[in-house]
Amino acid sequence: MTATEQAPAGAKRPQIVEMSWDPITRIIGNLGIYTKIDFANQKVTECYSTSSLFRGYSVFMKGKDPRDAGFITSRICGICGDNHTTCSVYAQNMAYGIDTPPLAEHIINLGEAAEYMFDHTLFQDNLVFVDFCEAMIKDTNPSVLARAEKTEARNAKIHGYRTIADIMRAYNPFEGSVYKQALQVSRTTREMFCKMEGRHVHPSTVYPGGVGTMPEPTLFTDYLTRLLSILDFVKQAVAMNDDVFDFFYEALPGYEEVGRRRILLGCWGAYQDPTACDYKYEHMTDWGRAMKVTPGIVVDGQLVTTDLVDINLGIRILLGSSYYEDWINEEPFVTHDPLGNPVDMRHPWNQTTLPLPQKRNFDGNYSWVMSPRWLDKRTGDHLALDTGGGPLARLWTTALAGLVNTEYVKSTGSSVLISLPKSEKLPEMTLEWKIPKWANAIERNRARTYFVAYSAALAVHFLDVALDLIRGGDTKVFNNFSVPDEAVGCGFHEAVRGVLSHHLVIKDGKIANYHPYPPTPWNGSPRDSYGTPGPYEDAVQDMPIFEENRPENFKGVDIMRAVRSFDPCLPCGVHMHLGKGRVLKKLHSPMFGASHG
Amino acid sequence: MSIDPGTNEVASKPTSQQARKGFEHIDILWISEGMSCDGDTVSVTAASQPPIEDVILGLVPGLPKITLHNKVLSPTLGGEAFLAPFRAAARGELEPFILVIEGSIPNQNIIEGDGYWTSFGNDLETGEPLTLNWWIDQLAPKAWAVVAVGTCAAYGGIHAMAGNPTGSMGLADYLGWDFKSTGALPIVNIPGCPVQPDNFMETLTWVLYHAAGAAPPPPLDHMLRPQWIFGKTVHEGCDRAAYYEQADFAKDYNSPKCQVKVGCWGPVVNCNVPKRGWMGGIGGCPNVGGICIGCTMPGFPDKFMPFMDAPPGGSLSSMLNKPYGAFIRRMRAITNITLNEEPKWHHNGPRLTSGYNPRWRPDGSRPSKTKARS
Repeated sequence: MTATEQAPAGAKRPQIVEMSWDPITRIIGNLGIYTKIDFANQKVTECYSTSSLFRGYSVFMKGKDPRDAGFITSRICGICGDNHTTCSVYAQNMAYGIDTPPLAEHIINLGEAAEYMFDHTLFQDNLVFVDFCEAMIKDTNPSVLARAEKTEARNAKIHGYRTIADIMRAYNPFEGSVYKQALQVSRTTREMFCKMEGRHVHPSTVYPGGVGTMPEPTLFTDYLTRLLSILDFVKQAVAMNDDVFDFFYEALPGYEEVGRRRILLGCWGAYQDPTACDYKYEHMTDWGRAMKVTPGIVVDGQLVTTDLVDINLGIRILLGSSYYEDWINEEPFVTHDPLGNPVDMRHPWNQTTLPLPQKRNFDGNYSWVMSPRWLDKRTGDHLALDTGGGPLARLWTTALAGLVNTEYVKSTGSSVLISLPKSEKLPEMTLEWKIPKWANAIERNRARTYFVAYSAALAVHFLDVALDLIRGGDTKVFNNFSVPDEAVGCGFHEAVRGVLSHHLVIKDGKIANYHPYPPTPWNGSPRDSYGTPGPYEDAVQDMPIFEENRPENFKGVDIMRAVRSFDPCLPCGVHMHLGKGRVLKKLHSPMFGASHG
Repeated sequence: MSIDPGTNEVASKPTSQQARKGFEHIDILWISEGMSCDGDTVSVTAASQPPIEDVILGLVPGLPKITLHNKVLSPTLGGEAFLAPFRAAARGELEPFILVIEGSIPNQNIIEGDGYWTSFGNDLETGEPLTLNWWIDQLAPKAWAVVAVGTCAAYGGIHAMAGNPTGSMGLADYLGWDFKSTGALPIVNIPGCPVQPDNFMETLTWVLYHAAGAAPPPPLDHMLRPQWIFGKTVHEGCDRAAYYEQADFAKDYNSPKCQVKVGCWGPVVNCNVPKRGWMGGIGGCPNVGGICIGCTMPGFPDKFMPFMDAPPGGSLSSMLNKPYGAFIRRMRAITNITLNEEPKWHHNGPRLTSGYNPRWRPDGSRPSKTKARS
């Protein structure tokens, strides 16, 4: 894990400086990054990640009415709380033995599509792109900005910005035109969300068994007109993103190494298909594959599985370097799944959360985040999967699996085709997202914009189906149920920033155990009990530095681009730390942006 | 760091209220490192009445110029660049400022040893994490105003529910309910889980007008909530309340009728959401099919759980309402039938039956023909 032990031939004598960023801004939740940087060789040598927030959902949900779980778990996350409600409802439906009326399923799908469009837009244009804006690049890489001023934007006809620097100016916070437009689009898409799920970010109308949303034609009219009003923005965003990201590869050769790690991607699937999904565990393999974002695990570019049962049974929660007591000697809750397969003691169904607050020690325990891993049966490895920030893994598994085929989105086996209808300024367009060569910062960011388009296109499909149902007189949106005394359930969904699973055990009609596994514990986990670093740590460690500043006025923009590309959302937590090395100088976080804006 | 657009100096000068003393500039130090989900910060980006960027850019007349320091919206890369104004304020070198706290306050006193529940940056001397509690102890006594955004910060909320391991509480529980800021204001609580976007921006704007010397302090109730927002109940603003009046209740969530029998607490919860909608007038709770789970209330969540069962008090009041409701529902149905019929003179027959009379007089007398001719 350390790159400094053996300097490669031709490398200069290391000049190592410790640097930390705590807290990281423009993310949700509490994250610090602790690194060692070798300025002689322009490279990060070590990186640790820890979370400094513990709230205890899995602790205080014990003994509560299971029907409350969707309302409570929404409060885990302040930007994608509805993903939790939805995932909880999926898990509860399984436990209660019910399904969702088709119209309600499409109302939830439309709500979730709006959530992806809102959240990716706000995160990309208002948070991530501050790292790519003119003001930032002027501070970190003046020569790149000079080149951007002279570089014509290839897609200028679509988005209207002549040079790359013009696009970068449009990203300037609070003043740039894209920044301001994105805030407006994030509001329009949240209105679409509120039409379907009541309120953003903690929905009011989503229940186990369906929704309380009134399925009148007006509901869909209001959604459709808003969707059409943002299509120009979506098409232009894809064009602009391609221009800026392609420019980075050209202007800074080697930039593909920034935030790059081995291709280890997980996606748990999204957009339920009510014609296939009965929420029974016994049929989960089939209805999982019918989802409109295909679940799957990609290792080194190969699709290892698309089976949610495999995915479920392979999950292992390792304590690693986190502030908890082990539960390995507690009584298990679930020894076998409903298909009779054995369930490991380290599976979330059997986890008992025993918090043990303690002093932060980077040689021992340094995080409130545990280390979720996926056991690859072929090799026995506990894989530190990442989500690629969400969209990269979603598009990658969907593209490889070749299972999604609708009028508006199609998987080709190596790419995903996205067709968007005509909009005010731009004609009907078919975009193609192709599987990239790397899992790195740029490709995580690029996929995000394509996934906004993917969701917009699918929303048109869901609207078609929902309106057909209503016009045919099927307006049922809720199936009644009773809570069984004993049951297990699991829900698999995609939170905006990646894999989300909820694991529920009911005893005596109450919650006996409930463990949600959101994307950030996967991405932001610390070193696990095998010493394997978590994905942020792994992606930052060994990456090259392209910033032109020296240690005295270093901003760390390349490192921040690498970390933010995962879309950190840390009400589930992160921090990074430095190992042993030749420390010449210790600096605290670099200063930046005192007069920025 | 600062969000300092460098525009619109004019807005910082009170015009009509020159006589009152106020600030021309004020910093907003926003800490979301309480036990929170950052959902209130995210919610505030949905506001359009007024939008956050308009306040930051100085587009709302009469407000002081503000500099916002919020982790999610900060243009800085983080770390010390972001923490600098917080550290300056803790040293007493930055004033005036408004302290906004998001998230509930954990109890550090229950931890033995050096652990912590939540932290915000590190101690520069020791490198150890600085707890949220340390920051509040430093900043609250120096703040011109203190605002608790969302139910967690106001009253404890979800993270303070029964069985929680962190001993979480609201800001007023931590600082004392009689706390006064240096500007002589009590804590301003703006509850909601999350906060309704426009409710927050509107209250903040009032506090800022007060900071400019252009308005009295915002009127708060005994739970320190803005009176004009939390003075009425959900039910009083709900468009399904008429079903209650007619004792016509939803039996499950398919129904567009009053939801009190399927878990809605609207009749006894202080909140304006059904009337104001969730954002820009769109969405909400019982008005759009979502039961009110009391998320703005000091008793949230425990006193409202299990959420999907009828509130215990609701069964008595809805039973008492039944005979009255059934009677007026029937009477209204009869009236409604007649109102759905067109008047009988709408026809294509040979004679006009509308009662046409161009010389109609209020006393019913017919005008004399001789007089009319003369």
